[in-house]
Amino acid sequence: MKFPALGKRSFLQLACAAAFAPALLATAHAQTALDDVMTKKLLVVAIPTDSAPYGYVGTDLAPQGLDIDMANLIGAKLGVKVELVPVTSANRVPYLQTKKADLVISTLGKNPDREKVIDFTIAYSPFFQAIFGPKSLLVKTPADLAGKTVGVTRGAMEDQEVGKIAPPGVDIKRFEDMNGTVSAYAAGQVQLMGVGASVAGNFMAKNPQVSTEFKLLLKDSPNYIGVAKGEDKLRLKVNEIITAAKASGELNKMALKWLGRPLGDLPS
Amino acid sequence: MIAFDFPAVLAEWPLLVKGVGATLVLTAISASVGVTLGVACAWARVHGPAWLKPIVGAYVELIRNTPFIVQLFFLFFGLPGIGVRLSPELASVLAMVVNLGAYAAEIVRAGIATTPKGQIEAAQSLALTEMQVFTRVVLPPALKRVWPALVSQIIIVMLGSAVCGQISTPELSYAANLIQSRNFRAFESFIVATLIYLALAMLLRRLLNWAGPRFIFGR
Repeated sequence: MKFPALGKRSFLQLACAAAFAPALLATAHAQTALDDVMTKKLLVVAIPTDSAPYGYVGTDLAPQGLDIDMANLIGAKLGVKVELVPVTSANRVPYLQTKKADLVISTLGKNPDREKVIDFTIAYSPFFQAIFGPKSLLVKTPADLAGKTVGVTRGAMEDQEVGKIAPPGVDIKRFEDMNGTVSAYAAGQVQLMGVGASVAGNFMAKNPQVSTEFKLLLKDSPNYIGVAKGEDKLRLKVNEIITAAKASGELNKMALKWLGRPLGDLPS
Repeated sequence: MIAFDFPAVLAEWPLLVKGVGATLVLTAISASVGVTLGVACAWARVHGPAWLKPIVGAYVELIRNTPFIVQLFFLFFGLPGIGVRLSPELASVLAMVVNLGAYAAEIVRAGIATTPKGQIEAAQSLALTEMQVFTRVVLPPALKRVWPALVSQIIIVMLGSAVCGQISTPELSYAANLIQSRNFRAFESFIVATLIYLALAMLLRRLLNWAGPRFIFGR
């Protein structure tokens, strides 16, 4: 069957138009995120569902965790409803860039690459990433990683950090989300995994038969809230809320509830 | 305002080239083995021994009625439970072969079913063995009849290989995803990947339409 009106060339033109259309639509929103939230009375927050205890799905299938509490706290202080959108490590930044979310509260660490494309508030919770593996496997220094397979989550901080310390000959396998990384480790498809301490802690508690222990520290990186580039009004407002919640002890209470340790010193 | 930055994605061309290579290798292996498996299963369902028919039937129905990604996860995350550890690449190829085999079986079976009875009887009257009748008289015209459908199915499987990146097979989508997770150029990355997939699919269709009559079933 032939479509005479849609020749090969006009098909390509159509494809290009479709590809560039988002750019035209996206130009309309600069610096209006906070006003939009206040008029719509709705704050859309990207949260993790694969990083217990920061964000995971409970037995009732509702997301819960420190990041979800944080989202609700900010919503309450702004006096607006909160809509939670589950994201993975790889797609949380695009969610901000495409304005599918107003805030990303998703165990997001700050690094120069990310700062190029989104802005960060001050830190709101502690976090560190490390390499974990079975007790039987000897890994004391980064050099010991040579010849071993390490699972990481694509786009997560661990992905970059393992790349930095890994000697040549490390086989880095990247998975779509934390669950993929942890499942691959549990199934023995990778020998070691680079994940956040909380994810590993949760895994170890649920899978005592797989003797897992802490091997190497990758990075101490507290969590920040991500806002779209240039949305200073929203960012400063959220900073204000975080500072107030720190002073009132609400953040500390959250850290104690979910992480079992006090908030400690967070960079601002 | 979102400004497009294609150079940031194209600068990572070694990753993209490797991704395209892996996608092509996955497709080449799974297409050749998968179609062969499909033909074998089609034969088994039509002419095979009675004990084999329900087994092949169960295989075809199981694969055609479950999602590809679940089959892939079963092979990669599930099989280690019984001590079988497949590398991501092997699990991907196996999942694609098994998947294509089931679909190809039904497509080829449709081609076989439409063979005129007289043609088979004519071949039998020439004292050809049962196997000769199948491979020389029934199969070639059957493949010719269903070739367009078979080519489409092979392309679907090639495009389906995009999910193999989920288990860390370094194919094209994995490369695109890795690039966008490093430079956050998600639009550009996936636009580039989309165009590459489009080109690959069109080229593959041409190649198979060209090769089919020449090497597979004759003109």
